[in-house]
Amino acid sequence: MSQRIENMTQQNADTSTPTRHQFDSGAEFRGLETRGAHAWFGSHHALADVSLRFPERTVTGLIGPSGCGKSTFIRLLNRMHEFIPSAAMAGEVLLNGSDIYDPSEDPAAIRLKIGMVFQKPNPFPAMTIRENVLAGIKLAHLKRDNHDDIVEQCLTRAGLWKEVKDRLGASGGSLSGGQQQRLCIARSLAVEPQVLLMDEPCSALDPSSTLRIEETIKDLAEKITVVIVTHNMQQASRVSDFCAFFLTDGGPGYLVEADATRKIFTNPTDSRTADYVQGKFG
Amino acid sequence: MAAVNVVTTPEPRKMVVVYSRADKIFRRIVTAGALTSLMLLGLIAAFLIFRSSGIFREFGINFITGTEWFSAGEDPVGGATTALADADDASVFSIGPMIVGSLVVALIAMFFAVPLSIGGALYIEFYAPRGIYRALVSLLDLAAAIPSLIFGLWGIQVFTSMGVRWATLLNDRLGFLPILAVEFENFGRSPFVAGCVLAALVVPITTSVAREVYSRTPRDLIDTCFALGGTKWGAIRSVVIPYGKSGVIAGAMLGLGRALGETVAIYLMLNLVFDYSNQILDSAGGNVASMIALKFGEATDKELSALIAAGLVLFVITLIVNMIASSIVQRSTPRA
Amino acid sequence: MNSVSTSDQYPGIEPLRPWAITRQARLKNLFRSFVFAFVAFVVTIITPLANIDGWAVAFLLINVAWVVGQTSRSGSKERRDAVLRVVFTSLAVLAFVPWMSIFVTVLLKGYRAIYPGYFFSDMRTSTPEDEFNIGGAGHAIVGSLIMVTIATLITLPLGILSGIYLTEVRGRLTFLVRFIVQSMAGVPSVVAGLFIFTTVVQPMGKYSGLAGGLALAVLMLPTVSRTAEEVLKLVPDDLRSAGYALGARQWRTAIMVVLPTVKSGLITAGILGVARVIGETAPLLLTSLNTNGFVWNPVGGTVASLPTYIFSMFMYGTEYSSSRAWTGSLVLLALVFGFFVLARRLGATAVQKVKTDSRKARKLKNRS
Repeated sequence: MSQRIENMTQQNADTSTPTRHQFDSGAEFRGLETRGAHAWFGSHHALADVSLRFPERTVTGLIGPSGCGKSTFIRLLNRMHEFIPSAAMAGEVLLNGSDIYDPSEDPAAIRLKIGMVFQKPNPFPAMTIRENVLAGIKLAHLKRDNHDDIVEQCLTRAGLWKEVKDRLGASGGSLSGGQQQRLCIARSLAVEPQVLLMDEPCSALDPSSTLRIEETIKDLAEKITVVIVTHNMQQASRVSDFCAFFLTDGGPGYLVEADATRKIFTNPTDSRTADYVQGKFG
Repeated sequence: MAAVNVVTTPEPRKMVVVYSRADKIFRRIVTAGALTSLMLLGLIAAFLIFRSSGIFREFGINFITGTEWFSAGEDPVGGATTALADADDASVFSIGPMIVGSLVVALIAMFFAVPLSIGGALYIEFYAPRGIYRALVSLLDLAAAIPSLIFGLWGIQVFTSMGVRWATLLNDRLGFLPILAVEFENFGRSPFVAGCVLAALVVPITTSVAREVYSRTPRDLIDTCFALGGTKWGAIRSVVIPYGKSGVIAGAMLGLGRALGETVAIYLMLNLVFDYSNQILDSAGGNVASMIALKFGEATDKELSALIAAGLVLFVITLIVNMIASSIVQRSTPRA
Repeated sequence: MNSVSTSDQYPGIEPLRPWAITRQARLKNLFRSFVFAFVAFVVTIITPLANIDGWAVAFLLINVAWVVGQTSRSGSKERRDAVLRVVFTSLAVLAFVPWMSIFVTVLLKGYRAIYPGYFFSDMRTSTPEDEFNIGGAGHAIVGSLIMVTIATLITLPLGILSGIYLTEVRGRLTFLVRFIVQSMAGVPSVVAGLFIFTTVVQPMGKYSGLAGGLALAVLMLPTVSRTAEEVLKLVPDDLRSAGYALGARQWRTAIMVVLPTVKSGLITAGILGVARVIGETAPLLLTSLNTNGFVWNPVGGTVASLPTYIFSMFMYGTEYSSSRAWTGSLVLLALVFGFFVLARRLGATAVQKVKTDSRKARKLKNRS
């Protein structure tokens, strides 16, 4: 696992410290990438000039004190930002080289490829566990005939199958908080996304559920890319391959430093990063 | 010689509130006010029951199921309200057709009103441009304030021609169904047309309630639908409609209660015919409320009691409907 | 914190909304709607579909066909979503059309009989058949106002006291009071009229404005009481705690702390009650009937009111008289809407005041 990180770090050595205009535009990069991403709410500039790469099958943690735009940024990545009436953005968000904000792109199709798990576990209360897992397939009108297999596979990947396999007909709300969150993860997996975004998925859960979900995240990264916003630095160091540190000076949030997790936590380039990971603020 | 310290939980002290004299006066005044309201309103219920008990004792269940309303004590010439008690003994009072008429016209109204209000509520909450959202909600409130008399006027002078067109169409195409058959093609003052106007009257109420319910759908459930790659309709179907189901039903019951008790609009739009009829396109019908309004002026004492009895029956029906509505609301609130 | 102006740090970066419908697309949509409207019009001429409802059906079908065609290449979920968008929009339009029609009709049919003297004359010296500048509805307006005033004088104090009882005193009768008030909110208006007819009109031997006012009071009391309770419930306990913490007794807290906060809210409750009953016809038909002249004595005899005036004009049956009915409707509607707007304006300030006052109270509590 660490060897894989080493290789990737080597590969991305040039681009792991993002600054403006440093990408060769013809790069054959597979994965999710933002170039100069900005976000506004009305006239309030919330996020400024974030250029990040999320290589395939890695886990990237977005860390930083609250209010520096991490949640806004992550919602730029699957076009959920635009649901807010006064929202505006600038820059590019590229999935395997093509801009997801291109007018010819269907946002719903983008969200099938880039899924999201929210902070508060929110299984559909009116549906059973089984229906919850299949909800995405139903919503997207995907043609699948192997519903039972899908339910089993997704619940297994989310680490929930053993616990619920005998009560798939129970209501989604009858599970504990940690189980509900794993159900939400299974639900997101059912539509086979390439990227899974997670906005502080464990902050509403108890420590043992948190650990179970962290294990799940590490397993997920074998097949898909994960981007996780977290306030918990220990979690970031346990779970992620790369970390991106966000900060704000009272103005828009911006990216300070992004690198391999080990480097961020042991020998970061920027002194502010060092202060944050040592707990001096935030 | 160690003393054993037994630690026991002390008895809780009784906490008594002692009100000052001023407070006592205050509380008495307020309680008196509340009691007055209570008594006033309770008095009405009690009075209705008392005044109509004679009628119920005399006719029993036949009051509700029978088909005749004949006031023998009425002076056919001058409509005088004094009557010989003996003559009045021959009177027969029952409201069966009127109850059915109330139900028929209210159900026709709900048949049109429910889809319109669900559609309208969903449109305002999810499809309308955000800029006109407030305006639409205000418009809804204003529409609910339009007096029903004006609905009656509009119904006769503006809507009837359109209603007659629809009735003609229904009769032409689906007239083989007994409910849509008629003997004479005179659709203008039929329960169908009256029901349509009643629907327009009820829609603001039910739409307001539905919209209110839909607006409380948890935002993150809706967001999740989109995050899974669904469309707006997918989110509405999977989350909004199931969430709002009980609230919308409660709103529909409220509208039903309103429709059952409507007096003036029905009075203006329907020919009061005292007969059971299952032909909703036929110009005959009536409901309990408009019957009361029609007959009270020249009623003998006994007939008046019968009218009060009819009013009581109507009141009980609307009360039951409203109670069902509020119990639905109460049962569903903890879930949210 | 003010964010740094974008142009300073990031020259050339402008906020964009790539997902939004461009103005160009919007204009195209509008133009297309007009084309569809015209096509629907043509359809009504050449097919059996006729009149405005026929046009509406044709317009709807054309829109659905267009939308189905647009999404023929996309999947079934886009198609269903697009068609249902058209359906819901149509349902909403269908729901709103009757009220718009009423507004327009009342205006168009009602303005003809309006002239300055309209609000000051009555129908004593004119028949419904006369020219419009003879006679008016002043007596009806005055009658309505008198009866509504009687109703308000009774229900506002009682309703507020009930509200205070339910929220502040909370005695043993709470459940009963709330239950009865809620039940009586559903009294059919004609039944209220019947009650007053038998208990007031018959013993008195005559119809009167007092009877009408009492009937309106019966209908108004549950509304005022319920709204008063809700407004009082809005006051957070912080405020009351602040009062008690300062040593005030319950009555003082209620009168000097809670009530002023919700003063405008309670007035709103009253105004909403008035707006509701001023248009009630049925109870007045049984208690105060109608008359032709100004009546200032509430117990003098029959009194005209706007609803009964409208009703009797309409039932008279001629073209002139029904015009007068529409004019009366115009006045009535204007009154109702005026009250509503007033209530809305006051209600907004009430909520705002509760919020600021409770903030102040919290600060006070924390300090002491």
